[in-house]
Amino acid sequence: MKLRFRIFRFDPSRDCSPYQRTYAVEADSEERVLDCLNKIRWEQDGTLAYRMSCAHGVCGSDAMKINGKCALACQKLVKEVLSDEILVEPLPSFPVLKDLIVDLSSFYAKVDWVRPYLIATNTPEKERLQLPGDQHKISEAIRCILCACCMGSCPVCQSDERFLGPAPLVQAFRRIFDTRDEGLEQRLLAVDDPEGVWGCVSHFECTRACPKEIKVTKHINELKRVIKGRQD
Amino acid sequence: MQFQHDVVIVGSGLAGLRAALELAQFADVAVISKVFPTRSHSGAAQGGICAALGNEEPDSWEWHAYDTVKGGDYLTDQDAAEVLARDAIRAVYELEHLGVPFNRTNEGKIAQRAFGGHTKNFGDGPIKRACYAADRTGRVILDTLFGEAVARAIKVYSEFHLLDLVMDNGRAAGVVAYELATGEVHTFHARAVLLATGGFGKVFKTTSNCFANTGDGVYYAYREGIPVEDMEFVQFHPTGIYPLGVLITEAARGEGGFLLNGVGERFMDRYAPTLTDLAPRDVVSRAIMSEIRAGKGVNGGDFVHLQLSHLGSEVIREKLSDIASFARVYLGIDVADKPIPVTPTCHYMMGGLPTNIDGQVLREMFSLVPGLYSAGECACVSVHGANRLGTNSLLDLVVFGRRAGIRMKEDLRELDWPHVRQSSDERVLSRIAGIKHRKGGERVSSIRARLQQLMTENCSVFRNHRDMARTLDSVRSLKDMQEGAAIDNRGTLFNTDVLEAMELESLLGLAETILVSAIARTESRGAHYREDFPERDDANWLKHTLVTRRAEGPSVSYKPVTITRFKPKARTY
Repeated sequence: MKLRFRIFRFDPSRDCSPYQRTYAVEADSEERVLDCLNKIRWEQDGTLAYRMSCAHGVCGSDAMKINGKCALACQKLVKEVLSDEILVEPLPSFPVLKDLIVDLSSFYAKVDWVRPYLIATNTPEKERLQLPGDQHKISEAIRCILCACCMGSCPVCQSDERFLGPAPLVQAFRRIFDTRDEGLEQRLLAVDDPEGVWGCVSHFECTRACPKEIKVTKHINELKRVIKGRQD
Repeated sequence: MQFQHDVVIVGSGLAGLRAALELAQFADVAVISKVFPTRSHSGAAQGGICAALGNEEPDSWEWHAYDTVKGGDYLTDQDAAEVLARDAIRAVYELEHLGVPFNRTNEGKIAQRAFGGHTKNFGDGPIKRACYAADRTGRVILDTLFGEAVARAIKVYSEFHLLDLVMDNGRAAGVVAYELATGEVHTFHARAVLLATGGFGKVFKTTSNCFANTGDGVYYAYREGIPVEDMEFVQFHPTGIYPLGVLITEAARGEGGFLLNGVGERFMDRYAPTLTDLAPRDVVSRAIMSEIRAGKGVNGGDFVHLQLSHLGSEVIREKLSDIASFARVYLGIDVADKPIPVTPTCHYMMGGLPTNIDGQVLREMFSLVPGLYSAGECACVSVHGANRLGTNSLLDLVVFGRRAGIRMKEDLRELDWPHVRQSSDERVLSRIAGIKHRKGGERVSSIRARLQQLMTENCSVFRNHRDMARTLDSVRSLKDMQEGAAIDNRGTLFNTDVLEAMELESLLGLAETILVSAIARTESRGAHYREDFPERDDANWLKHTLVTRRAEGPSVSYKPVTITRFKPKARTY
């Protein structure tokens, strides 16, 4: 079928301001939005810029805003976004570097800040024992692929760049609820902050956007509950 | 710009990161990566990492070593297989200590499951050897090692693309890389260089590989006259989603899923009576293609069915949730209800840069390339021989990535600073300028699509001389065409157009070496199946292929296989 894509364009080395350009693409309803972008870039306009790599929702490179919703272009099929014009824009909350590519350095710095590694001193000869029930506490959080769809869709992130944001909080959760981690106190202290967990006011946009179906808001609320429980 | 680091590692997948962690405290190490590290293709590995932990049933590293050798159809270097299987146990415990969130047994140990070609007691039947975190094992290991790299403040240059090796009188002296964000070309001066750039499945049309897998490290080393080894051995994973090629993990069969042909028959019983659906990948892929060729694809089409519905939704949710989501997103199928249409998809390169078991890159006749190391899919140790077993690749990455790191640490005592010419980026700069200023010419994407189509049609699961020879001619014409290929984008910021033009040269060069090796090997072994030579021929072909670039074209030579404890015998499952 014939589709029309309206795509956000901006090359700061050439353009004074962003603009939108429309492309006609022939695609099947089962094709991915990413396939359509590739057709545009490979067959019509090689100047279009976006990130991509695995093309099946594992690497997290191609987060963007499609018809107003943050999503991975490789996980959205044409039939899900059918409209007169499919609007593709860069992920909100971040500065645009070129077209659909945004500067994620502040995002990565926030992930680094929550210390995305296990804090543990004991190294037994074999594995540490962890009961399946304990492992299950983090089995949803470990699905996070750092695509930043949640950051793009979060109204708080869009207006306050100091807010830690959903994905870094999920990363914190993943360690706080890992029974093997020994950094609990300092980790809770770090996110117990107006710009940490308390910055979240439960809009649930992150949960709706997460391409890995993590109940992000629920994870953040769980962190709030643990922090409150320890203060009471 | 000129950068200087004791060690430059190209590639931020598991092999590169594991090597970097080994070196971090001892040297100034930098990692260069095409993508942000957590987006490396190691993260797409789903099913598991194997080690004879014996958590579910008795196991031994010798059985694992045997399976690896037999799985590789005896082309595996057995000293390497022994290192892999023996060190696996330490390596998996190490990953657990670093925080990898493995699934657990009821007593809290690392859970293990069955996988293709892994057996108990030297081939008696399937064994639970694969340690896993649902079906996202690669991704959580990648996240864990990246977290460690953050903890140790390892310098990473993200979205920097390798465009050349810098050599100094036969010794590695650094690399030239292109910064995607700015279009600048940088020279990295180093005392040691590790190539860990992964595979090059993008040579093929139908592949589970990511867009970044264009084999740049292998190609640029080959261009410098370093041989490539066993390039004809390309793994086609039996269960790619039809027609996308997206991977459905072998763990689906490890958990009890099975294949059905168009008449509803569990056909693997006929091809591998003992292991059936858990036979190694080359065997299963050939079986699927044989069914399809016999008109027994589903509805006479080019695919068969993978049935999981009998596993129940709890097993699927707990252990196979990612693939369930792929089937839902891309096919609209609930795997708890309906079978998945699957067909073989190019998945893994057994071949690559020849290295010893310490990651040192070898020229012909076993001499070393000083200062140059390689690990992971980019390298050919050769620990996978003619066909890799599932779960052995994640293991290969952490075992041989670490060993390369240890070797480099030792060698740095001796390796002084090599000489780097001021103009070592000249070749790259003129190449980029050439591409940007060319007018007319064929589109890069069109040449690449033709290459991928040709390779998938003529150099996949079944091969023969006539089709491959014709394809080699076509690939050579495409190479000529590529030299005059045109692009649209003459800009500087995030110019992926210019990068894809350069990647195309890698893909074409590597495709040529695959074809030359495959045409020369007139036998069938592992993943390399010749319809015109259907038998394995140990008398003439129990040897590794090397291809070296010469002025007159690729030149083929051979080197012996290391055989220690397992004498080659008939390979049945």
